[in-house]
Parts: sequence; structure tokens; C-alpha cells
Amino acid sequence: MALLTVENLNVYYGVIHALKDVSFQVEQGEIVALIGANGAGKTTTLHTISGLLPAKSGSVQFDNHQIAHTPGYQIVRLGMSHVPEGRRMFSNLTVYENLMMGAYSRKDKKEIADTLEMVYERFPRLKERVRQLAGTLSGGEQQMLAMGRALMAKPKLMLMDEPSMGLSPIFVSEIFDIIQEINKQGVTILLVEQNARKALSIANRAYVLETGRIVGSGQASDLLNDPAIKKAYLGE
Amino acid sequence: MTFLSYLISGISLGSVYAIIALGYTMVYGIAKMLNFAHGDIIMVGGYISFCTTSYLGLSPFISVIFAIIVCTALGVLTEKLAYKPLRSAPSLAVLITAIGVSYFLQNAALLIWGSSPKTFTSVVGSWSVKLFGEQLTISGTALVTVLACFVIMAALTLFTSKTKMGTAMRAVSEDKGAAQLMGINVNTTISVTFAIGSGLAAIAGVLLCSAYPTLMPTTGSMPGIKAFTAAVFGGIGSIPGAMLGGILLGIIEIFAKAYISTQLSDAVVFAVLIVVLIVKPDGLLGKHVNEKV
Repeated sequence: MALLTVENLNVYYGVIHALKDVSFQVEQGEIVALIGANGAGKTTTLHTISGLLPAKSGSVQFDNHQIAHTPGYQIVRLGMSHVPEGRRMFSNLTVYENLMMGAYSRKDKKEIADTLEMVYERFPRLKERVRQLAGTLSGGEQQMLAMGRALMAKPKLMLMDEPSMGLSPIFVSEIFDIIQEINKQGVTILLVEQNARKALSIANRAYVLETGRIVGSGQASDLLNDPAIKKAYLGE
Repeated sequence: MTFLSYLISGISLGSVYAIIALGYTMVYGIAKMLNFAHGDIIMVGGYISFCTTSYLGLSPFISVIFAIIVCTALGVLTEKLAYKPLRSAPSLAVLITAIGVSYFLQNAALLIWGSSPKTFTSVVGSWSVKLFGEQLTISGTALVTVLACFVIMAALTLFTSKTKMGTAMRAVSEDKGAAQLMGINVNTTISVTFAIGSGLAAIAGVLLCSAYPTLMPTTGSMPGIKAFTAAVFGGIGSIPGAMLGGILLGIIEIFAKAYISTQLSDAVVFAVLIVVLIVKPDGLLGKHVNEKV
């Protein structure tokens, strides 16, 4: 049984049919990328999985729970966290408070403290800035905080939406390295990325979305060499 | 000495405005709505306290507790019935609903308690403190009101900055979607905010009626509007802003009554508000929020 199974998912924005029978799977331990053009439905897919948007029909199975109609705030507790597009930090909260909000659904103080240590270890820059307001961080630091905040929930699956957006090339490489490291520690990752080449270079598998439909899928290494993919998404 | 006594009345009246404004500003900060029925919760608080002391013969202190419980329940209930179904509706619809709730509460009070004014007995009692060889008299009600205001302000500041629920409230006020992704139940947070705001309104109602003892179904509406003004004056969404705005508004009102004209005092209050908003559109302590692209 896959960790995440999405079947025939349909989502509407008013009358606009945003996702059309989207089906895909993410296995335990994988990095799976969703690639596609602007407006293809990548972010909509993530929002529907984590409960920010209601699904019209279809099913979302996560870790043996049917979550297509579960209120969003309860999904975190099942072990899924979402690093949203644009990071969406609480900019008037301190770095520390943002991280603690990430652990909101957890109760055990000792375990939370352990996770916090782990996050500080991974992102030493955050530790230096614990008392600072999140709004004063640079873009790259905010992305780290968003990832740290998501890790505070101790997730089995992390949804990542455009982690490279608006970052300098150096930061982009650093962020992708960190994603791989997080994955190596056992966190499964579903990655949405405009930068298809980068995404495919770290992913195991990928799905291609086009105007709300899955139009292709395969091993990431195969897709990287697929002439049609190259032409449409890799700019060759 | 009269100046000092006016100043004290001003701070005392302003403290009542501040307590009401705290409710306005918290609800606005979290639910992004102006709850124009907030003023009428004050009136309900006054009546509950009046009934429990006059008809049931309970002690003033117990009557305040009763008023807080009833108003808290009423606030949460109106939020559930009237505002929650409109969570994704345009803000104008919510505003009109709030005005509707306000009229509903006033008319319900008219039906239950009638239109003739009730004379409220101060819950604090009629003691007073005399200073400077009996030249300056401060009523017990004024002292308790100011004290209550500062205690509430300190407690709220601690609550929002130090507790998990308080931090979650600040998170919700910034970004409901992201807060939900953290596992925060946004609806619960909004209910808690309404509960706190309405509980404070009950305290404000009892203190207001203790100082100005005429209780009618419309008792809450003018202080409600003034407190809303105070919240805007201080910077809506800001807790210290509501406090500062409330107290300044009270002082301005009393000074205008004393030195300019009793009839014109409200006009002066609102004129000051207009000037402040022209110079500082976000209010005295409000933060300017840049729209993110």
C-alpha cells in the first residue's frame, strides 16, 4: 500500500474544472515531483491533499486513512505537513514561535524539544535568529524556516510547493540538497516545482500535469531524457 | 484641582471604552470583521447584573460573574449562528449581519425588560477616596474601573504573547490558511476570541452602569460606537492601541464636556478622530500593512 494514493480527484473553482480525474501514488521513502506549466493544477493538487481546498469527488488515501473530506487541521496530526507556495511565514511571530506553531498538533513537550534541536541542527541559521521576527528574514532564510516549521510536525510526508521560488541560485542548490537530506532521514516528499530540471534531478519519479490532467509519468531519469519533456519543460 | 478630577473621570470613562475596544480589536484582528453588535453585549451584561442583584438578591460580585458567563455564551452563540455561516461571504454581508444582530439584541432587551430605564446600583459600592485634604474625591467605581482595565490589559498581553492558544490566535490573524496547515482549528480560535471579547464586554457593561447608572436597551450602542472609534484611533488590531485609544478618547470626551460644551462633546471626540486618521491613517499604534503581491 502506497503512503499516499490519490484517485480520480476532481476539484472546481466555481465553474472552472481545475483538476480532472487526477490519480497518482507516492510510495514510502520516495521523492515524487509534480511538474507542469503555470496554471496546470500543481498547487491546487497540494492544497486539496492537505485540506485547504475541498474535493468535488475522488479519494485521497494517506497512511491508511481516507482524508478527502477530513478538515485540514486534522490532517497534520496524521503525519502530513505542507510547505506552502510563497512560504507563508507568520511574519509578526518570532522564528521560535513559528517553529512552535509547526508543532501545534503535538502534545509531548520532551519530543517537541528533541525535534526542535534536530531542526536547529539542520538549520543553524535559524538558531542564530530565534528571537527575530520571521518577517525580517531573507527569502532563503524564510524558506528554511518554512521547512523547519513543517519538520516540527514530525511528518511522514512533506508536501513542498515551489521551494526554489524567488531564491538566488546558490540558495536554490542549498534548498535542494536539504530536501534530499530530509528524504534520506525517512521523510517521503511530494515536490511541486517550476524548475523541472532541478526537481527531476533529485526525484525518484515524476508526474506531468497539463491543464488539470496527468498527461505523463515515469522515472525521473527517464523523463529528463524524454524529448517531449525536454522540449516542453526543460527549455531545450 | 478640578482639572485633576476631570482627568480622573476621563481616565475612568476611557478605561471602560478601552475594555470594550479590546473586544472590538481582538475580533477584528482574528475574524477580520467589525462586530457592531459588540456594544449591545455590554447592555446585556448590565441587565444580567441588574437582575441578579435586584430580583435574586445575589451579591454584586456574583452578579458580575453571572454577567460574564451569560455574555460569553451569547457572544459565542451569535458567532456560531450569525457570522460563521458567512465565513467566506463578502465583508459587507457580514457587516450588515452584525448591524442586524445589534438591532435584534436591542429589541429582545426591549421585549424582556421594557423601555423604562432601570436604575443600576454600583457593584463597587458608594465609597470614595479623598485626597489633598478632601479637595479631591475619587469614587471607588472610578478606581476599580481603572484598575480592572489595567489588569485586563496585562492579562491579555500575557495571554497572546506567552500561551500556545494566544500564539495560535496571532497566527490565525495573519494567515488563516497557513494556520490551518499547522493543525490549528481556525473556527475554535475565532470562537475563543468572541468568548474573550464578550466576557470583557460584560465587565465593561457592569462598570459603565456603575458609573452612569441609567440602564436601557440602547445603553450599549453609543459606548459601543465610541469604543470602536477608540480601537480605530489606537490602531485597529492592536491591543495596546485599543487601550491607549480608549483612555485618550475618555479624557478628550470629559475635557470637551467640561471646557467646551456638553452638547458638543461627541462632535469634538469624532473631530479629533478625523484629524488623527488624516495624519496617521493606521491609528496611533497601528502597523502599516503592505499588501503582498
